Amino acid sequence: MKELINKVGFPRFIISVFLICLIMLAIYLKIPLSGLISDILVRFGMNAILVLAMIPGIQSGIGLNFNIPLGIIFGLIGALISIEFQLSGFTGLFVSIIIAVSLAIIAGYFYGKMLNKIKGDEMTVGNYVGYSIVSVMCIFWLVAPFTSPELIWAYGGNGLRVTVSLESSIAHVLNDFWHFYIGSVRIPTGLLLFFGFCAFIIWIYSRSSKGLSMIVAGSNPQFAISNGINVDKQRIKGTIISTVLAAIGIIIYSQAFGFLQLYNAPLYSAMPAAAAILIGGATLKKATIIHVLVGTVLFQSLLVVALPVVNIVAEGSMSEVIRTIVSNGIILYALTRKEGELA
Amino acid sequence: MIVPIVFLVICIVGSFFTGLPGGFLVNEMIVRLSRNLILVLSLLLPVITGLGLNFAITLGAMAGQIALIIITNFTIGGTNGLLLSLLLSTPFAIIFGFIVGKILNKATGKEMITSMVLGFFANGIYQLVFLLMAGTVFPIRNESLLLPSGVGIKNTVDLAGIKYSLDHLIPFDKIDLPFFQWLSEYPVCTFLFTLLIFILMGYFLKTKLGQDMRAVGQNVEVAAVSGINVEKTRVISVVISTVLAAWGQIIFLQNIGTMNTYGSHVQVGLFAVASLLVGGATVEKASWKEALIGTFLFHFLFVISPLAGQNLFGNAQIGEYFRVFIAYGVIGLALVLHAWEKDKAKITISDI
Repeated sequence: MKELINKVGFPRFIISVFLICLIMLAIYLKIPLSGLISDILVRFGMNAILVLAMIPGIQSGIGLNFNIPLGIIFGLIGALISIEFQLSGFTGLFVSIIIAVSLAIIAGYFYGKMLNKIKGDEMTVGNYVGYSIVSVMCIFWLVAPFTSPELIWAYGGNGLRVTVSLESSIAHVLNDFWHFYIGSVRIPTGLLLFFGFCAFIIWIYSRSSKGLSMIVAGSNPQFAISNGINVDKQRIKGTIISTVLAAIGIIIYSQAFGFLQLYNAPLYSAMPAAAAILIGGATLKKATIIHVLVGTVLFQSLLVVALPVVNIVAEGSMSEVIRTIVSNGIILYALTRKEGELA
Repeated sequence: MIVPIVFLVICIVGSFFTGLPGGFLVNEMIVRLSRNLILVLSLLLPVITGLGLNFAITLGAMAGQIALIIITNFTIGGTNGLLLSLLLSTPFAIIFGFIVGKILNKATGKEMITSMVLGFFANGIYQLVFLLMAGTVFPIRNESLLLPSGVGIKNTVDLAGIKYSLDHLIPFDKIDLPFFQWLSEYPVCTFLFTLLIFILMGYFLKTKLGQDMRAVGQNVEVAAVSGINVEKTRVISVVISTVLAAWGQIIFLQNIGTMNTYGSHVQVGLFAVASLLVGGATVEKASWKEALIGTFLFHFLFVISPLAGQNLFGNAQIGEYFRVFIAYGVIGLALVLHAWEKDKAKITISDI
């Protein structure tokens, strides 16, 4: 038993046991499993790219990138612009991604520059820089010069809507692409393929010489310098990739969700992503695609299964409470480990 | 000193645009200072001990709220209720502070982010306890506290029983003289209590333990070599901070008169930290002066910004968001500047 726990890792063991209990409870309560599995697949596809955004940050040595909101803001801007020009379907999706990525590269570059000046405090600073940017953007959403009736309040009120419906533009584009059913489980092929594509690029990149020098710069800066690697440059590169992935991630998230969430919505978006990759077994120093896969599947299944079960067993917004405890608990656990130890 | 001056300028300029009468602003500021100073003050010791800004004072605020829920459950109001809640919150705060201190000792060098995540985590546990266990595991006598289903504490708890019980502890309004009648409208007693805490804090920092904390804050290695138990000193510092935060939250809520069970404590850390930083404190250096100046400036900005936004941009929401931005932005900026200086210092040492 002890060996098993050591091999799987303590947090993953606890969460798996908890998840299995919930699933058994769900079967006992006659909640249809096929619906749950469909939900898990969609939620996995929605969140996985945001979790993937954590990898370059950890690899290049800036730790958990708590400034995911920076990328998310530009993802939202990209989507807003494509709606403003009344683009829909795949055109809309790709135009928003292209705009978002180009903006995110610029922002990521400057954010990376800043991070190089504050080595050692990236996580605390990143968190509050993220919060500040989200609150500045709240003012921007109020005064932004968008005119499409989809985006602004129908009458009265200033600025953009709090939630923008994507029904007439890019909602469910990827979810519905090549989707099929196994039994009554719906497979959102496009969504999963898109994540696979992103994950594949990150995987190939981390195998290439450029990616390797980034990983070396992150895991052992002194060694990297002695090998002629420009550590600061590698860290900027990692920050840019992370910001870009966050920008793409929120577009994919929003198209699956069906709404763009503006104003304060991006504020706490980094916590679930960071929690997911840590649940998957990543540490503050090391992260791979496997950690993203395992972590996102475990974390999202937990949330999906907990919701109907808890609503029957107890009242109130318990699944939100579970999410808070699990996600912050795992981050806390990782922060209090000694460097390099497995989380 | 540049930060408070910048904010002072913003405040002065902003107050012209509000068109609010000076008397109203003064009254508003007196009330706000009285209810926030102790919370801001609770941050001082961890900064002095080198733990940085203790975002985990949220746990202290929770301890205060637990005590308030208990006294409301037994419907004890008035001065007795207040004293009892201060008394009851203390053991909770000591336990919470001890746990926070132990955890922060495990996360040396990452204290601030850890204390922040710890605040979020504790909030989850707090919700679990009061949403699910109140009325089931913990019996609740006072049914007006419970949600209609009988499980979980209501979102808002009426604290009418202890409202103003500290603010108006000395019954000035009984003395039929104009001066005392005027005085009775202000929270005199709260200020006296705050002053007492300020003085005690100043005295405490001169004691052996207080000096130990300064030593740990300046240099951990030197402190350890000179025979100070570093870890223990850090834990005590966090414990005192948490207890002060618990008292501060009770005093804050006795002035407001209602408690938002799941919301009142959430922003406590953020606003207290922002206040301290606006006053010119840094992650490493803070004193009562910065706490006082910062609380004044930050809350002044809080009062004027919606109206200033309304009059300047024709949209009150801009002002609302602006003050949220100020809270986050000032913390972000302070952290960036601090980390920047630390990084520069590192370079100069290696250059030698």
